[in-house]
Amino acid sequence: MVSLATEKKQDLNLLSRIASGDGHGENSSYFEGWKAYEENPFHPIDRPDGVIQMGLAENQLCGDLMRKWVIEHPEASICTEQGVNQFSDIAIFQDYHGLPEFRQAVAKFMEKTRNNRVKFDPDRIVMSGGATGAHETVAFCLANPGDGFLVPTPYYPGFDRDLRWRTGVNLVPVTCHSSDGFKITVEALEDAYEKALLSNIPVKGLLMTNPSNPLGTTLDRECLKSLVNFTNEKRIHLIADEIYAATTFGQSEFISVAEVIEEIEDCNRDLIHIVYSLSKDMGLPGFRVGIIYSYNDRVVQIARKMSSFGLVSSQTQRLIAKMLSDEDFVDEFIRESKLRLAARHKELTTGLDGLGIGWLKAEAGLFLWMDLRNLLKTATFDSETELWRVIVHQVKLNVSPGGSFHCHEPGWFRVCFANMDHKTMETALERIRVFTSQLEEETKPVAAAPMMAKKKKKCWQSNLRLSFSDKRRFDDGFFSPHSPVPPSPLVRAQT
Amino acid sequence: MKQLSTKVTSNGHGQDSSYFLGWEEYEKNPYDEIKNPDGIIQMGLAENQLCFDLIETWLAKNPDAAGLKKDGQSIFKELALFQDYHGLPEFKKALAEFMEEIRGNRVTFDPSKIVLAAGSTSANETLMFCLAEPGDAFLLPTPYYPGFDRDLKWRTGAEIVPIHCTSSNGFQITESALQQAYQQAQKLDLKVKGVLVTNPSNPLGTMLTRREINLLVDFISSKNIHLISDEIYSGTVFGFEQFVSVMDVLKDKNLENSEVSKRVHVVYSLSKDLGLPGFRVGAIYSNDEMVVSAATKMSSFGLVSSQTQYLLSALLSDKKFTSKYLDENQKRLKIRQKQLVSGLEAAGVTCLKSNAGLFCWVDMRHLLDTNTFEAELELWKKIVYEVKLNISPGSSCHCTEPGWFRVCFANMSEDTLDLAMKRLKEYVESTDSRRMISKSSHERIKSLRKRTVSNWVFRVSWTDRVPDER
Repeated sequence: MVSLATEKKQDLNLLSRIASGDGHGENSSYFEGWKAYEENPFHPIDRPDGVIQMGLAENQLCGDLMRKWVIEHPEASICTEQGVNQFSDIAIFQDYHGLPEFRQAVAKFMEKTRNNRVKFDPDRIVMSGGATGAHETVAFCLANPGDGFLVPTPYYPGFDRDLRWRTGVNLVPVTCHSSDGFKITVEALEDAYEKALLSNIPVKGLLMTNPSNPLGTTLDRECLKSLVNFTNEKRIHLIADEIYAATTFGQSEFISVAEVIEEIEDCNRDLIHIVYSLSKDMGLPGFRVGIIYSYNDRVVQIARKMSSFGLVSSQTQRLIAKMLSDEDFVDEFIRESKLRLAARHKELTTGLDGLGIGWLKAEAGLFLWMDLRNLLKTATFDSETELWRVIVHQVKLNVSPGGSFHCHEPGWFRVCFANMDHKTMETALERIRVFTSQLEEETKPVAAAPMMAKKKKKCWQSNLRLSFSDKRRFDDGFFSPHSPVPPSPLVRAQT
Repeated sequence: MKQLSTKVTSNGHGQDSSYFLGWEEYEKNPYDEIKNPDGIIQMGLAENQLCFDLIETWLAKNPDAAGLKKDGQSIFKELALFQDYHGLPEFKKALAEFMEEIRGNRVTFDPSKIVLAAGSTSANETLMFCLAEPGDAFLLPTPYYPGFDRDLKWRTGAEIVPIHCTSSNGFQITESALQQAYQQAQKLDLKVKGVLVTNPSNPLGTMLTRREINLLVDFISSKNIHLISDEIYSGTVFGFEQFVSVMDVLKDKNLENSEVSKRVHVVYSLSKDLGLPGFRVGAIYSNDEMVVSAATKMSSFGLVSSQTQYLLSALLSDKKFTSKYLDENQKRLKIRQKQLVSGLEAAGVTCLKSNAGLFCWVDMRHLLDTNTFEAELELWKKIVYEVKLNISPGSSCHCTEPGWFRVCFANMSEDTLDLAMKRLKEYVESTDSRRMISKSSHERIKSLRKRTVSNWVFRVSWTDRVPDER
């Protein structure tokens, strides 16, 4: 009779290390907030006290335009009366080159989102299962297990899974500091490169996201040139994740690496690759349209063969081909999307400004990089996590803590704003307002007794500890020292 | 070259195989009834094109599903945002029920144990990542689908060790062949993690017998390894015998909730049964919750488009449609297969008796000059370039005996199939007469054959442990 413990051990041996380990990265706090949201999602009518999702970088602002177009163009679907004559041809189409009209339309769209300042060759477009699939495929093409990619911090937590999990590739952080607006400096790059070598990690490339997730900033021309020069000089690859290309608004301008390489003499283009997707710019994450665009012929060839593992559904290719070929629609969509992003961004930042909450100046992306460093008890990540748990479980906003993005410094949070309507944004801001005003009350020095002030702070702290496991609804006045704090079941148990 | 990974610089993608080269030739000169009547007829593509009319009729009757609507309202936006790797619940439910229906509702599939993938290509690779370390091996009966060399080995680093099956018993899996393969793996210092079978078989078109499946279940049980049953052709069974799934056998042996059942995994897809390869709908079914959990996370790398999930959940939930479809599909496949078999017979060519799949396993051993793979490839080249039929040589499927070819029948019209058979008949007759005229010409041909075929013959995988420097 085998004991349960031994049985479990045997179980683990039956699966690969990849499957039984936690390289999928889902134990990260980034995902914990999502779970809290899923257990109690906000709804203005059904669940007004639910958690508002501000941890999901989705672009939901122009769904109406998209829906309208789809309704007005039934021929774009292979299932409607107008399009069904194409059904069988499309249904059997599994050529990993993809539908030519799809590639052409995507190339054109990529040009438009870069203000038509560069040309993209449809024959270099390779499909993948979303940008998630694209990144993994690029890693498989450019690196062997044990090799490393430099990645400027803070970076999208999904990279830990996408680039490393099944590929065995390492990520080497390039530390960017808040003191200079998180710029990527050559010094930081050199530093990271050296560290990698010392750790016996052969560096194969540099991956950067531009516009940045989570910062929302765009790289200027000089910086981009320096990245191209750095990688060229070291003869390593440069992978530019440009999935937020069309989300720039206001004064900011997006400059693609595609543009910059035209200006660099003797640029080794075999080292330049772009990852793209329609999930953010067009708000279509469900359709899994990922793109690898490489200037290296061999990489295009092999990535294309690998795309068999994540082709875009031909039904979707056809719809996208039709949609993106409608230039008037595309122009209107991009224009309108930028306007709405700008408006929603302004709403959030105006609200935060009014509350004295800082944020990194940026005009791209679907999120804000919020500065709550002054709310931390201590400048530690433990403190950041504690604050974050309060925000998720009590203020009921799922925001993403900077630590999960590998930020060098605690106290930063990514707050998404493009995945909600105006009313929800208002509610979120109100909750932040209440939270911060209560905090102010809590920490306001009371003239008479310093002891009292200390006690009050302690009150808040102990509430913190208790409330993490407290799943009760609570009223807006919870943090107010003036209203009685309802005893938590935990306290009752102790007495 | 050092700047790219070894996955890029080696040829692990397997596309130098003759299987794919034949496709390339077809692409250069594809047959078209009107535009290119002398072009190459594609008989190397296992596609099911016989029942699109049924789906198109259904679409016309179901405008909501066709128009991405629910109760008349467009749900485009909701679908566009839906990227949950657990998949659309109604789709997984419908898929589970469809799989049950194919197995005569004798077994049940729990939707929560289904993991969606981008085609069975992705499903098989994902299972490998979950079950095998780089360097571990899976045993596969030969002949097998050439794509497995890429899907199972390329990026995973896993190895395939063949279980040799021969025509002496209709290519069935025997106990001694299984044991031999296991020992061979051990000799090569490879840890065997499991066995993978395709049932019904590609390229044979036959179903595994109950005896064979019992043998496999007993084998994996005793060795404490996995069994993957790729059942993507389960809905293409058209004979009188019933399809026996590995799930049937587990049930019959009362092993449904046992430890062994946790090591049995089924792969499915809608590419063959429904003829929708372009939609990239694959699935893994596993009783092991760790496998389901890990595979679900991995599916992020190849999710099924939500647009497609929605359409198919509506289609497969319509039980009237699925029952009619499966029935009609069966009938049409049977007729088409019969047409191929008779056409071959008229050309003096026989094939392995089969009752499933989209192809026949054709015996052309008597047309070989010598009983060698070189001769098989010579014959294949003639058939592609002179007879203008793209068929797949057995060597590309790792068959141990030269002279067998896989010939597909479900991806063309009746007229095209007729024409293909005519061409073959003419070729065989001309070959026969040529043979009768000059025996010595055989010697001449032999000496003229200068080109080495080593690049063409796809070496059995485990000898290729060091990738070629190309």
